[in-house]
Amino acid sequence: MSNIPENLKYTKTHEWIEVQDDYTGVCGITDHAQEMLTDIVFVELPEVGLEVKAGEQVAVVESVKAVSDVYSPVSGRIVEVNKALEDSPDLLNSDPYGKGWIFKIDIKDKHELDELMDASSYAEHVASGE
Amino acid sequence: MVSTMQTIFSLHKKGKNKYTVPQFGEKSFDPIPEHLCRSKLDLVDVSEVDVVRHYRKLSSLNFGVDNGMYPLGSCTMKYNPKINDAVASLVQFTGQHPATIEELSQGALQIMYELSQMLCAITGMKRFTLMPAAGAHGELTGVMIIKKYFEIKGERRNVILIPDSAHGTNPASVAMCGFTVKEIPSNSDGDVDIDALRAAMDENVAAMMLTCPNTLGLFDRNIITIAEILHTHGALFYCDGANLNAIVGKVRPADLGFDIMHVNLHKTFSTPHGGGGPGSGPIGVVETLSPFMPVPVIEKKDAQYYLEYNRPQSIGRVHSFYGNFLIMLRAYTYIRMLGASGLKQVAEHAVVNANYLRVKLQTHFNLPYKRICMHEFVINDEGMPGGITTNEIAKRLLDYGFHAPTVYFPLIVHGAIMVEPTETEHKETLDAFVDAMVAIKNEAHTNPEVLKAAPLTTPVRKVDAVLAARKPVLQWEE
Repeated sequence: MSNIPENLKYTKTHEWIEVQDDYTGVCGITDHAQEMLTDIVFVELPEVGLEVKAGEQVAVVESVKAVSDVYSPVSGRIVEVNKALEDSPDLLNSDPYGKGWIFKIDIKDKHELDELMDASSYAEHVASGE
Repeated sequence: MVSTMQTIFSLHKKGKNKYTVPQFGEKSFDPIPEHLCRSKLDLVDVSEVDVVRHYRKLSSLNFGVDNGMYPLGSCTMKYNPKINDAVASLVQFTGQHPATIEELSQGALQIMYELSQMLCAITGMKRFTLMPAAGAHGELTGVMIIKKYFEIKGERRNVILIPDSAHGTNPASVAMCGFTVKEIPSNSDGDVDIDALRAAMDENVAAMMLTCPNTLGLFDRNIITIAEILHTHGALFYCDGANLNAIVGKVRPADLGFDIMHVNLHKTFSTPHGGGGPGSGPIGVVETLSPFMPVPVIEKKDAQYYLEYNRPQSIGRVHSFYGNFLIMLRAYTYIRMLGASGLKQVAEHAVVNANYLRVKLQTHFNLPYKRICMHEFVINDEGMPGGITTNEIAKRLLDYGFHAPTVYFPLIVHGAIMVEPTETEHKETLDAFVDAMVAIKNEAHTNPEVLKAAPLTTPVRKVDAVLAARKPVLQWEE
């Protein structure tokens, strides 16, 4: 069973978001996602300043097994990206909720967070095998 | 074992090379000024016999269809008859410069003209261009033609539909031409989901690209309906002809409602895949799309062949000169050798071989789409003892003397193993392949460690794919 922290919100496409203060969210991919992808070998990060809509593709992660798009859980502007992933993409495997964060986003509409799953619904989503 | 194989660099020793250029001896007729000479040239100093032995040894490490069965699904790794090469090696062809004037190139032009005609007869299309140098290049050319067609018509359509089972080159070609890709799901039988297709149709849809038969090795039973839906909305129907081998001589894609298609000469028509090239991906179109074909087109008038450039609506050139001519020669030879009845047998034997393997293997391996297949089929690693994966099965097959099938494609089958035996394997070889697969399954029970360590007999053993991707060594290092 993969690790699903209680304090995060989740998407169906296996991203997580942690709301840091009133308007900034930190995003990454879930433990389940990294497990499915296996060893990640490359991460393509978005540009800082990019405006995205919820569900829009922002990053790409590549493992030996597959190349996957990463989608933004919410609408907003990218304010910071995790440059450490460029040299150490393995952080996504070893610490997906910590050092393996991918980008920080200036959240445009906080109501969008209500559309996301909490830990228990995400656990059900993972168990359903989608 | 060849694990001690050295690189050519390690054979280097100053003064080993005693080779002199014939006729020139050792003296230079036109001395190059000293200051223009390089003091150090990064070439190895080895003797002729060293070079011959080194590369002869290297070539023996290769595995090709001449070594054994190569069931690489979707790639159609059939045997390439040697007569193809004999014809393509004739000095009358190899000695011809591509800039030779038309009057002195009639033979070459005739071959290209007749090959185009034969492809038209096989597919039902009205005109073919032989210029694209690969399947994906054909797709790109095809999508450019689609774009031009709507441009001339004055319609702005920016979406191309692609099923989720498609080759990755389809969305890539579409994106290269500035279209947006909309993915259409497959239903549980492996056919295009017709309801999803209807829902996706609107005035923005320019075309749909469909592989026929599809990458699951299945012939879409709703293909006529799909064509009708597209045409009702004024959209075009593109056939990815990568799998033409299954239907060659049996069904003409134009009769199914396709408006444009590419064929892969290096698949269906037995020309070499040779390390990724040169391939050839001719494009055929129906009458309405003919004006947009790339230039030049080859025409015939009063028994004379000529190149026609004056085609104002053409998308322009897509290749220097006329494409990979020597590859066309091989395909031409192949078609001429087989004739119409022989080509039909190609399709029949390809389909019979695949179904024979499918039935033999489905008692041991999971078959996600349980249908009669065409020229290939997809099994996967579901239910393998000890969680043995597709990757491990594929690597172990090398130890049994077979090239691995295509793995992890199509993407809609988890852990896919896509097997395409082609028509050129006989029953004994197919049985040996089944035996190898069953033996691997038994090893998963009795000796899983060997599967995890495989391959054990290849020149290069199991590669650390993660390390190779994370820290690639892109230059030879001492």
